[in-house]
Amino acid sequence: KQMTVRDALNSALDEEMSADPKVGEYQGAYKISKGLLEKYGPERVRDTPITEAGFTGIGVGAAYYGLKPVVEFMTFNFSMQAIDHIINSAAKSNYMSAGQISVPIVFRGPNGAAAGVGAQHSHCYASWYGSCPGLKVLAPYSSEDARGLLKAAIRDPDPVVFLENELLYGESFPVSAEVLDSSFCLPIGKAKIEKEGKDVTITAFSKMVGFALKAAEILEKEGISAEVINLRSIRPLDRSTINASVRKTNRLVTVEEGFPQHGVGAEICTSVIEESFGYLDAPVERIAGADVPMPYAANLERLAVPQVEDIVRAAKRACHRSVPMAAAA
Amino acid sequence: SSDETLTIETSIPFTSHNCEPPSRTVETTASELMSFFRDMVLMRRMEIAADSLYKAKLIRGFCHLYDGQEAVAVGMESAITRKDCVITAYRDHCTFLCRGGTLIEVFSELMGRRDGCSKGKGGSMHFYRKEGGFYGGHGIVGAQIPLGVGLAFGQKYNKDPNVTFSLYGDGAANQGQLFEALNIAALWDLPAILVCENNHYGMGTAEWRSAKSPAYYKRGDYAPGLKVDGMDVLAVKQACKFAKEHALKNGPLGFLLGRGAECLIEHGKLSIYYLHRTYPDLKAGHECKKRKDRWKNCCVSVAKLQVLVWVVFDGEEGALIFFGCSGLAFILLLPASLGLLYCCFSWGFGSSASDISGVAVTFSHLFCFLKASVLFEDILLVILSIILEMDTYRYHGHSMSDPGSTYRTRDEISGVRQERDPIERVRKLVLAHDISTEKELKDIEKEARKEVDEAIAKAKESQVPDPSDLFTNVYVKGLGVEACGADRKEVKATLP
Repeated sequence: KQMTVRDALNSALDEEMSADPKVGEYQGAYKISKGLLEKYGPERVRDTPITEAGFTGIGVGAAYYGLKPVVEFMTFNFSMQAIDHIINSAAKSNYMSAGQISVPIVFRGPNGAAAGVGAQHSHCYASWYGSCPGLKVLAPYSSEDARGLLKAAIRDPDPVVFLENELLYGESFPVSAEVLDSSFCLPIGKAKIEKEGKDVTITAFSKMVGFALKAAEILEKEGISAEVINLRSIRPLDRSTINASVRKTNRLVTVEEGFPQHGVGAEICTSVIEESFGYLDAPVERIAGADVPMPYAANLERLAVPQVEDIVRAAKRACHRSVPMAAAA
Repeated sequence: SSDETLTIETSIPFTSHNCEPPSRTVETTASELMSFFRDMVLMRRMEIAADSLYKAKLIRGFCHLYDGQEAVAVGMESAITRKDCVITAYRDHCTFLCRGGTLIEVFSELMGRRDGCSKGKGGSMHFYRKEGGFYGGHGIVGAQIPLGVGLAFGQKYNKDPNVTFSLYGDGAANQGQLFEALNIAALWDLPAILVCENNHYGMGTAEWRSAKSPAYYKRGDYAPGLKVDGMDVLAVKQACKFAKEHALKNGPLGFLLGRGAECLIEHGKLSIYYLHRTYPDLKAGHECKKRKDRWKNCCVSVAKLQVLVWVVFDGEEGALIFFGCSGLAFILLLPASLGLLYCCFSWGFGSSASDISGVAVTFSHLFCFLKASVLFEDILLVILSIILEMDTYRYHGHSMSDPGSTYRTRDEISGVRQERDPIERVRKLVLAHDISTEKELKDIEKEARKEVDEAIAKAKESQVPDPSDLFTNVYVKGLGVEACGADRKEVKATLP
């Protein structure tokens, strides 16, 4: 059976709202919460003014009181208006209060580049939120991820930042009966090996998982067996799965849409150098968004976000050293 | 006796915005006045001791003292219960005490010890006491306001008959998120009370330098406001009681229609409950008892219902309906008991009878029918959220890094101490009513000093947090994640 990511998210919200009356949601621009207002009523599905600092703070306060709000940002770019509440009011309260004030809340919405929306609407915030203790940060790729991780996020007692991708909403993925079961839930902090391989490890999250899988197909034809890891969780980061894979393949390519400096790839690279330095047969390769604000023009935009061929090239470089190190230096 | 009711006038009348102010006459008792005195003296002593501990370098970082403002915390607490929520900024020591915290917890936290209210992990600005309805303790200017509105959202959602007081200073009053939160609170009828503790100075900044309009009680525009002498504990009590009742008010129609009445005007024998601008679907009103059917029969035929008001006059109840079409506005008066129907119409205020000035005009017509000699020009849309502005004063600087003397004169400070000090005001009341003697009051002050000294000694004995506490409370559920110290090869821990 096939299911779109949109329907996966919608059904996960629906099931969790029906299971727990403390869970509430807001209507959305991208129809993720379609039908929920009609079903659960305006007490639980609230339309808000476009005032992120206000409604995010209110969501966090409601979570202090024991409700389980799901706060939707039309996109995570607008969460910048409210990042103070995500970081200072949500992430740190349990710690500062020595466990008195827990914050069971989910912040969700599309993150990263969509198509042609320019620099202020294309930012990937995975590494920003991923660097903050007290937050849990999830990034689903498939419909299975979307359902299992959103349900896990809502059930979790801590603040969870849930990074979706607008371009994936309409994509369909096969789903098993297990995934469709209302009890289905994925563990937070566990990566998924989407494809096993032995020559090179490729890590990716969200939309880039699809790109990495396409790259692996191309590499396969050229005799390179790539292992593709879908991170699923940015924080906690599944360091053990990543390191175990690198110890097997001895090579690593990290892929993300966000900027390279202090990025998710940088953290993965550090982890592998710390834990598995002796296993590496080649320098770690990082594929990331270009280190520039997102340009509007389509040709430039394409150059600014990672493409399948970038991943293929980096993997080959790691395996064959197509560019000699001396020459590169 | 000590429980006998005393009535005392507040220092000055309340000034109101968009609402009828409460009475200046406050009911209290001898024992309440004595507990006000004791609590405020203890707080004053605690803050002065914190000042010394800071200067002795036993308290680190930021430390914001509340001396001078005690009447706000104490007066508010006397008007509410621990089921009501309170949330404030970083000047939080005394609020914590009011909500049931102890001196030992205060001093231990200030000195970063394990027995602190946040086990030494929060510090001066991050005191919490959830069991006493105290939600912190917030270090980001203005952030506690939407958080408090969120608590109010939770209360309404859970149908708890309680309210939330969000306290903020005159500095924070200019923050954008205040207006965002207030708008939503009003829009969603949340039991949120915003309390502006106007001590007239933000961090080193006099209010006139940061606020175009320093009339903070009026700055809610559509939200009612009340200006209160925050140095008069009884005025604070009266205002908070008024605000809580205001925020929880449910008119009979609110009950009838299964939702809260938005406004109440009480004027002698007349009470008016303003319900909603439009009720396109009267079938929404379901949870009703006897009155329901009559109500339904009267109203369902009205096509374009615009404004709906439930009136109680001299014990009589009735419904008023305003509706308009093509430039005419009609009022239907439906006295519930008489079963009579009056109809009148008025011209000239456009097609929308929900226009409030129009409503006021139409109300004056109505009064001919009711034979009431009440002026109705002051009918205004009143909503649940309310702003209380407490005119108060801090004796210390903004924080310990501010001497508090560069932007105001010493004369100003000593003038407030002499003329408006909240403790001295209560002392005078107690003596004037022969409740206690000067000596007894002095003894209370001595006792407070002793209590504070003992608490400090105990707090000093409290251990600093265990190094392993570095890794506790990061999450409720740590999922067994490994976290590391600065050198991850050296310090690692599994998050609980």
